[in-house]
Amino acid sequence: MKAPIKERIPGFALLSIAVIFSVIPLASMFTAALHEQGTVPVGIEWPADPQWHNFIDAWKVADITPLLVSSIVLVLGVVPAAALIATMAGYGLGQLRIPGGSVVFILLLLGLTLPREATIVPIYYQIRDMGLLNTQFGLMLVLIGSFMPFAVFWMRAHFLTMPKELAEAAAIDGAGAWQSFIRIQVPLAVPAVSSLCLLLFLWTWNTFLQAIVLIDDPSKRTMAGALQNFVGLHSTDVVLLNAGALLIMAPTIVVFLAFQRQFMKAMISGGVKG
Amino acid sequence: MTTLRSTAPTTSRRTVAPKKKSFLHRWSGWLFVLPALLFYGVFVLKPLVTAVEYSFYDWNGITVATFVGFENYVRVLTDPQLLASIGHAFFLIIFFTVLPVSGGLLMAALLRELRSKGMGTFARTALFLPQIIPGAAAAIAWVWMFSASGTANQMLSAIGLDGLTRAWLGDFTWSLPAVGVIGTWINLGFCTILLLSGTGKIDASIYEAARLDGAGFVRTLLSVTLPGLKQEIGVCVTVTVISALASFDIIFMSTQGGPGYSTMVPGVQVYQLGFTQSQVGLASALALILTALILIVVLPLQRLFRSED
Repeated sequence: MKAPIKERIPGFALLSIAVIFSVIPLASMFTAALHEQGTVPVGIEWPADPQWHNFIDAWKVADITPLLVSSIVLVLGVVPAAALIATMAGYGLGQLRIPGGSVVFILLLLGLTLPREATIVPIYYQIRDMGLLNTQFGLMLVLIGSFMPFAVFWMRAHFLTMPKELAEAAAIDGAGAWQSFIRIQVPLAVPAVSSLCLLLFLWTWNTFLQAIVLIDDPSKRTMAGALQNFVGLHSTDVVLLNAGALLIMAPTIVVFLAFQRQFMKAMISGGVKG
Repeated sequence: MTTLRSTAPTTSRRTVAPKKKSFLHRWSGWLFVLPALLFYGVFVLKPLVTAVEYSFYDWNGITVATFVGFENYVRVLTDPQLLASIGHAFFLIIFFTVLPVSGGLLMAALLRELRSKGMGTFARTALFLPQIIPGAAAAIAWVWMFSASGTANQMLSAIGLDGLTRAWLGDFTWSLPAVGVIGTWINLGFCTILLLSGTGKIDASIYEAARLDGAGFVRTLLSVTLPGLKQEIGVCVTVTVISALASFDIIFMSTQGGPGYSTMVPGVQVYQLGFTQSQVGLASALALILTALILIVVLPLQRLFRSED
């Protein structure tokens, strides 16, 4: 049953205000990015002569190509490894119910509310002592570690819902724990694992603090981390700055629009933000 | 799954597998957990323990550290500047939590009520978008919005409020609320979508009954939607409070804590102390106090919003 028209009008109005509030900063960046370089645009205003080539110039100036490559390398280094390790641990804790598992679980629980700032200073010295400062490998290790509490939590919750008899039935057939994990449990866990991968992708891609602390060379950072350097160099050129920042945001926006449903579902059930 | 549950031979297993093997089998499960535990231990727990160690020393990161006991902690709790940064983080809760959760509740109720397919999908996508872009990029968008020639001032002028225009992020009074608005922008969509998915679980007949009783939109929102979403509101509050207290990306990229210290928050302060001012011990003490504050705020929230049934 729909609400009467009289009530619907203020409702639509309020909703529209919220939508405009959400979209306007991005729209305003977009129109600013289309103005002539070196000029200072005013607010949100479609330029008389949109300079589409600004995006090409910003791509060159911000050196987007190595940034894209670097972010993709980081994602490929972090997401599959973190998902595999977390799925294994989730299986161990949720399905095999290993002895002492609750202690591990409580330890991980502690990590869920731990802010990144809490460990960032020691992490810097630790990675330095490992000789991994300014390497993507070092950043990957740190990210995998920092994703563990949530990722294991997530996979454990999945394996808790799987009937215990599944593993036991496999055990009778003579399948070892590893065999039953690979052949039976992993295929059944695909939906949970893929939502997890989506979240891990987003978090890796948007990583900022660890990227700027551990890697000096912006072209080896994440896209978000590279923004810091880009702003430092071009803060005076509003047009180019906005064009570059939009290019840096574009990949996540495209991936989000493509996998909208999955993203929202995963982020809601995760109850966490990136 | 249910058929499997009822037919699987739960009891026969013990007779088939000898007890000793089952014992070994149980412990071998640790091999599955070990890699995760190793990463977590080396890159989260170890640095956390090291932070505790650092916090008792005066160390510039290079020369020999001197043990100073609780001095760093005392400094965090007495230095007006550091205390102010903690105060700012709590002030941000208004913008990161109170506004997005109450706004999200209203939006979720409206989206449910209006049930307009096209508008609904579009609104959900638009509202959620700020949540997925990097916080650092969101900051850049808003630096431009709030600049002297930005859209915020343009809109104020358009409605005849020229007198209010200013460079928002450069203003000692207005920079903190302005930075807060960025948090509202990011968190509103998350809360809306989470609460909207929660309304799906509320029995439609309750809404029907409320309408038959003549309850209007506001009445229904307060007596049906709000109590029905207790758990979801709890999740929203927890997540957004953590994002307020531990904020870093947005503030680092928009104001760096300035002008002066007017937008300084513990996250940015830890970074500056640790990496530009070489006060590793003090940075660690502040980071640990921040962690403790988050726990002190979040744990009671969990209890408060736990569903009774």
